[in-house]
Amino acid sequence: MKQDQARKYGMVIDLDKCTGCGACMVACMAENNVPFKEDESNKLDSITWMRVYQLTNGKSYPETDICYIPRPCMHCEGDHGHSPCVSVCPATATDYSIKTGIVSQIYTRCFGCRYCMGACPYHARYFNWWDPVWPNGMEKYLNPNVSPRMRGVVEKCSFCFHRYQQAMNKAFMEDRRELQENEYQTACTQACPSGAILFGDLNDPKHQVSMLAQPDSEHSGRPKNPKAFRLLERLGTNPKVYYISSREWVRRAGDNYLKNENPGKAH
Amino acid sequence: MKMDRRSFLSFVIGGAAGINLSPLPWKLTDDLAIWSQNWPWTPVPKDGEVTHVNSTCFLCPGGCGITVRKVEDRAVKIEGMKGHPVNDGSICILGLAGLQFLYGPSRVRTPLRRVGERGENKWEKISWEDALAEVAKNLSDLRSKNLSHTVACISGYSGGTVPGLFERFLTVYGSPNFVRTPSVKDSYELGLHLMAGVQADAGFDFENADYILSFGCGIIEGWGSPVRMFKANSRWKENGVKVVQLEPRLSNTAAKSDQWIAVTPGTEGVLALGLARVIVDESLYRREFISGYTTGFNELIQNVLKDYPPEQVSKITGVDKTTLVSLARAFASAKKPLAICGRGKGAVPESAGEVMAVLALNALVGNINQKGGVWSVPGPLSIRWPEPEMDAQAAGGMQKARIDGAGGKKYPHIRSLLHRVPDAVNSAEASPLQTLFVLESNPYYSLSDSGFVKKAWQKIPFVVSFSSYLDETAQNSDLILPNHTYLERKEDIPGVEGFHKPIVNLMKPVVTPQFNTMHAGDVIIRLAKKLGDPIGKAFPWEDTEACMEELFGDKWEELEEKGYWFNGNFEPPPLNKSFETASRKFEFMGEGFGAFYKEVIVKAPGEEAAYPLVLIPYDTPRIAGGRIANAPFLTKTVPDTVIKGKDGFVEVNPKTALSYGLSEGRYALLSTPKGSARVRVHLFEGIMPGVVAMPTGLGHAGYDTYLSGKGVNVNELMGPVEDSASGLNAAWGIRAKLSKA
Repeated sequence: MKQDQARKYGMVIDLDKCTGCGACMVACMAENNVPFKEDESNKLDSITWMRVYQLTNGKSYPETDICYIPRPCMHCEGDHGHSPCVSVCPATATDYSIKTGIVSQIYTRCFGCRYCMGACPYHARYFNWWDPVWPNGMEKYLNPNVSPRMRGVVEKCSFCFHRYQQAMNKAFMEDRRELQENEYQTACTQACPSGAILFGDLNDPKHQVSMLAQPDSEHSGRPKNPKAFRLLERLGTNPKVYYISSREWVRRAGDNYLKNENPGKAH
Repeated sequence: MKMDRRSFLSFVIGGAAGINLSPLPWKLTDDLAIWSQNWPWTPVPKDGEVTHVNSTCFLCPGGCGITVRKVEDRAVKIEGMKGHPVNDGSICILGLAGLQFLYGPSRVRTPLRRVGERGENKWEKISWEDALAEVAKNLSDLRSKNLSHTVACISGYSGGTVPGLFERFLTVYGSPNFVRTPSVKDSYELGLHLMAGVQADAGFDFENADYILSFGCGIIEGWGSPVRMFKANSRWKENGVKVVQLEPRLSNTAAKSDQWIAVTPGTEGVLALGLARVIVDESLYRREFISGYTTGFNELIQNVLKDYPPEQVSKITGVDKTTLVSLARAFASAKKPLAICGRGKGAVPESAGEVMAVLALNALVGNINQKGGVWSVPGPLSIRWPEPEMDAQAAGGMQKARIDGAGGKKYPHIRSLLHRVPDAVNSAEASPLQTLFVLESNPYYSLSDSGFVKKAWQKIPFVVSFSSYLDETAQNSDLILPNHTYLERKEDIPGVEGFHKPIVNLMKPVVTPQFNTMHAGDVIIRLAKKLGDPIGKAFPWEDTEACMEELFGDKWEELEEKGYWFNGNFEPPPLNKSFETASRKFEFMGEGFGAFYKEVIVKAPGEEAAYPLVLIPYDTPRIAGGRIANAPFLTKTVPDTVIKGKDGFVEVNPKTALSYGLSEGRYALLSTPKGSARVRVHLFEGIMPGVVAMPTGLGHAGYDTYLSGKGVNVNELMGPVEDSASGLNAAWGIRAKLSKA
């Protein structure tokens, strides 16, 4: 049997198309059994694997402009799989998979030290300060493919890993080892009514994500597309979520660039 | 055996080593780990066979196809239906949260009868038999007293079989008072009726337009059919279609548009006429269309456009002259330009003058019933209800004037004027409304000028709610006859808001009814049978499904199998057959409605001296503001600059805030002529100085603890503003003031 070729799943989000509607957030919550509390307005403890932030260009009326930016887990590859969070986890509850490029989170291993939360520069990780409580009867809609989490553990976006497993199971049953691009898609990608989120294998040049982002493997995956950028590029986290924007101020907002720096020509 | 130190140590060390070599410690550690990881209070969702059921979303008039993933008998996730003509696999934020309504805590689980004071929210459970008997008794009493016309129904939708059953019931019972909740659809219906002479819904061929001029429409805030609009918006981006957004606030749509032009709120119609004037002055209009298929062009110029030279328009709208002129040129020189109106989600009608101005603008560039233009879309299927037999009481009741004055002498072209109902009740000695049915609508919450509405409500002796959820209207009713939710019932939904092709969608039961609820259509059929002939005779069907089957005839099978009936080949009639006015042409100025242009500006109520600011409500996709309230998931996505704890925020331009000494997060008292509310201030550079904005859909008193009491119900601060031409409530805002609190 042929050895499985390493995949590197990643995302490209077109910020020109993203409308900030929030469908990705709710699609994610519904798919991944993310709980909700009576008051979710303290955003520090509000668990949202996918969160849409709002950027502004800082100008005053009427020159002001807004851009929405969805933020899942970046599934950083770092340097050879040394993602910021994976490096600090004492329980091996989170790991970087060389096979898929997905950063896992194993809730039953996690003992809640939250080092990973401190290490993550994207605030993509959330701590369960409370046990999840669903109003009586509402636990009926819980998805059996994702286990609900308990108090005291950290959780985050998994790129809907259970969907990968299901797609692989199906492929194996059909005696295949390869997945088609559309066989494994995250819930947010599937839901996005604007088609702003694309998901696929960055190692596969035929997948839309690699065609759009054009990751440069010589330079730890930096996008060759001048309109594409990654968040906090210069930190060296090597994230696998790429953003596309035609607006320069949006691309500049992706990192703390100096005035004379041009993010498009950073490399 | 003598136990010396040496043998003791060998025993202990040997024993320890021995135990460690055995599986025991590993087994114990493992058991301990498993035990410590047993969280019996954390639910473990049961696995089982996965199935998918197709249906239609009913949470807004968007008519999207949905595919619900089920595990055994549980609905687990709602996703967009692949291949559906409206949304093709995509879905919006509200549609995704649908299961939170189905399994939510605010469901009404059984028929309820009020026991405390109205609004006290004290109920007793009663059987369906008793509930129906109570309604039947009330109705037959009124009928025997010749008061059948004092029964009314407020419905959140019309056109389908179930609202049809309600309307038919009222007709044979003897009441003309079937009142539909308003939206911009009514304005368009009126505009097309007056100018094109047709009785049709407006549809827009967005996918083929190449220039979009939006007069404040929340294209990506939920206007029309939301998912379709999202998809169109992305398509425009791919194809370089220019979108120009005209509104005083940087909404999502404005932020996504190619050009955002801030317009003084309420003057959008003037801007449309100003653009028309430039197009005429510079001869940029489509000559063949104007000369071949329109009348009244010269009259429009002489009587209307003469008053709107660019300087004047610039003064009124706050849009500078160069922008105005270049906008008119860009619009007219595009191949297939399209202008649309209807602020935000289009939940509030526009004035007749404004919708006519926008239609006239479209006519100038010749895009009525053309590719990429405004289409008049006839009802999807010509459904013929069998003619009911009317007795003297029914005929007499139907002769009476409607409670809202719609369809009368003054407003002959309008079918419903909901905002007039409270006034009609309050101004009469004895309430002209004795019994009120409320179907898929939440008027107690959504009608503006709440104090006045509450006063009227108290005067209505008997209110029956058909709500599936404990919304404000249900809370303030006397009897709740809970309907199945949209995921538990079979019902047809003809037409999709703003869609350019005829379509009928079918909701199908995805799960069996979770509680002791009943299909509202079945309730009406049973009620009719209970009242006896001739009312019962008009309802020969056993249940709603039998009725739908008869009405749809040979189309029923297709509808049931596919979940929708769609006429994809529909094309609007050719221009020489498009218009059914007396002249058989599109009429810019017609008899009886030319004067409506004069009332293109709708003023915000209130005196400027006392209320220097203007409050506008705004819509956002993350807060459902219609007949359905927000789901917990959606509320979770609302930013902390909109709700924080229970506090709602008002958006204020930093310049305006500075002049009131207000800063970010400060508490303030927002007052309008209709009421006041304690709010917090959010500074937003994207709003016109002098204008403040608040989201719709908050400040609920009903529903569950995840929503109730959060923010302010902006309707309580608003008041209706009647467009004197159409009678429609065209309120877009109200004058307001802010003070520190």
